[in-house]
Amino acid sequence: MGCHLCEVHCLTEHSQSRHVVRAHKRERPRALARVRVEEALPLTLAIQCHQCDEPMCVFACLTGAMQKDPETGIVTSDSERCMGCWTCIMVCPFGALRRDTARGVVAKCDLCAHLVTPACVAHCPNEALTLVDVTP
Amino acid sequence: MKSYLASRFVVLRDQERCIQCRVCVRQCGYDVHACDQEAGDVYSSDDRCVGCHRCVVFCPTQALSVRENPLSYRANANWRPEAIEDVLRQAETGGVLLTGMGNDKPYRIYWDHLVLNASQVTNPSIDPLREPMELTTFLGAKPEAVTLDPETGALGTQMPPQVPVDVPILFSAMSFGSISLPAQESLARAAAEAGTLFNTGEGGLHRSLYPFAGNAIVQVASGRFGVDPEYLQAGRMVEIKIGQGAKPGIGGHLPGEKVSAEVAATRMIPIGTDALSPAPHHDIYSIEDLRQLIYALKEATQYSKPVGVKIAAVHNVAAIASGIVRAGADYIAIDGLRGSTGAAPKVMRDHVGIPIELALAAVDTRLRQEGIRHCVSLIAAGGIRNSADVLKAIALGADAVYIATAALVALGCRVCQMCYAGKCSWGIATQNPYLTRRINPAIGARRLANLLRGWSHEIQEMLGGMGINALESLRGNRLHLRAVGLSDSEMRVLGVRPAGE
Repeated sequence: MGCHLCEVHCLTEHSQSRHVVRAHKRERPRALARVRVEEALPLTLAIQCHQCDEPMCVFACLTGAMQKDPETGIVTSDSERCMGCWTCIMVCPFGALRRDTARGVVAKCDLCAHLVTPACVAHCPNEALTLVDVTP
Repeated sequence: MKSYLASRFVVLRDQERCIQCRVCVRQCGYDVHACDQEAGDVYSSDDRCVGCHRCVVFCPTQALSVRENPLSYRANANWRPEAIEDVLRQAETGGVLLTGMGNDKPYRIYWDHLVLNASQVTNPSIDPLREPMELTTFLGAKPEAVTLDPETGALGTQMPPQVPVDVPILFSAMSFGSISLPAQESLARAAAEAGTLFNTGEGGLHRSLYPFAGNAIVQVASGRFGVDPEYLQAGRMVEIKIGQGAKPGIGGHLPGEKVSAEVAATRMIPIGTDALSPAPHHDIYSIEDLRQLIYALKEATQYSKPVGVKIAAVHNVAAIASGIVRAGADYIAIDGLRGSTGAAPKVMRDHVGIPIELALAAVDTRLRQEGIRHCVSLIAAGGIRNSADVLKAIALGADAVYIATAALVALGCRVCQMCYAGKCSWGIATQNPYLTRRINPAIGARRLANLLRGWSHEIQEMLGGMGINALESLRGNRLHLRAVGLSDSEMRVLGVRPAGE
């Protein structure tokens, strides 16, 4: 419904303090939301990483920072190895990756692997976002 | 013209907590909040706030609060702020003051002056968690007597059509048009899940809701919108709407701008045209005329479903109800003074009709005196707020109750009374596709079904406390009610004794 609360809670979850006010008002550089709501009102759509089975971003990554975990299927970028070349952003078919210019690395959805339910799903007030396991 | 009206509400924003996420900006249907892109802050225009709390509830940092504008007028018991503001509003518009929802004036709420009985020592109470407790109610006319085959025990009487509901709580008429399609779908799904009925109102039944038609009361009102043989055949019961508690004696008006393609298709009218429901049915000017329509609808549905009549509670309600029974109705729905609406002239809503408690008691008493109470089921509507109100209504003589405001509150409604504006931030009373998406029917149905489940449990607890194990044993049993703080004449109409007697 276009409230953008998924963005707020994604940013919070990926901040240092994980406190919604501190994450937005105090922490610098600010954390980045990995999910983004696109709008063509009245339509709105949350864009996030699909954790592809054949991840173009992983194939294209020049440094090997982008990896797909064979166990969980989650695609993550190792910020130690990412050099901010944005090749992954160019090849992502969903436009799901974002530049973290403050840190010079790519920011992407990690499905909040440390949580049972990703923050965006847990806080979506209209249950528009759901977590679906499509592991073959 | 310069408006002389002050803001009704004050929006308080804690800048320490505001993270400029603009959730409030997007959620407000009334454009109260706005974002200054350059300064990067969010600010509010309080004069537009209707006090619906959508922004307050959705603010992720609890930075917002809304309070009534504490503006004081010189104290005056006669010229209270509302009276002054109504005059100002009419001086500025020259029109009829419109409002939504139900009567908000401090008329006596009789539910709050009636108390229920419980068993102590001389008769045992029943634990509903251990013993069966029957809430199923059969709606429809009952026969004079029942004959059984002495050999087989089989029913020998030809029964009029009966509709069982698992809980005696039905969703009152709310049309697609007055409320959004997702809101109506929430009601339909919840009715199906809880084993009760919802009412289409005078808006027809949208194609997508035909799978829930088995739980639908299909309404036939003075504009006949959305009525065709398929619609009548699809519903579980058919209701002729004569009147509505919020605006007895007048019709309805859905403005053309709300008649979207979907609303138009469902109502069977051209897109963008005003949907005008006349005040009377132009083919009903007497009980005999009403009988013709009742039987026309019974013919159209092969006598397979109850045909009822909904009226507003007015001064002569008992005699009118008697006439409706004699016209052949299978149920009568009575909508009291506090019944709600999507739009009504304020003066009608606040000053016309009588409280449902008195109307219900008067009708039940009259039908019993005339020996025709069994010929109809009675549904009480207008101002049922909780399970105790439901039970008190049943003790006063109702078979079941209608709820509408309570159902919308379960979906988020704050009773801000602005339904007629079509900007509902909660996505209920609007047809704006950006706003209607706020109701996810799956969530809405869950919330409504939860409400009905909670009330059912409470009703069972209260029944058990009275030592009753079936709801029908309470129906019209006014000895289980006592009055607190009512006059003799009020108690006479209610048929209830004073507490302690």
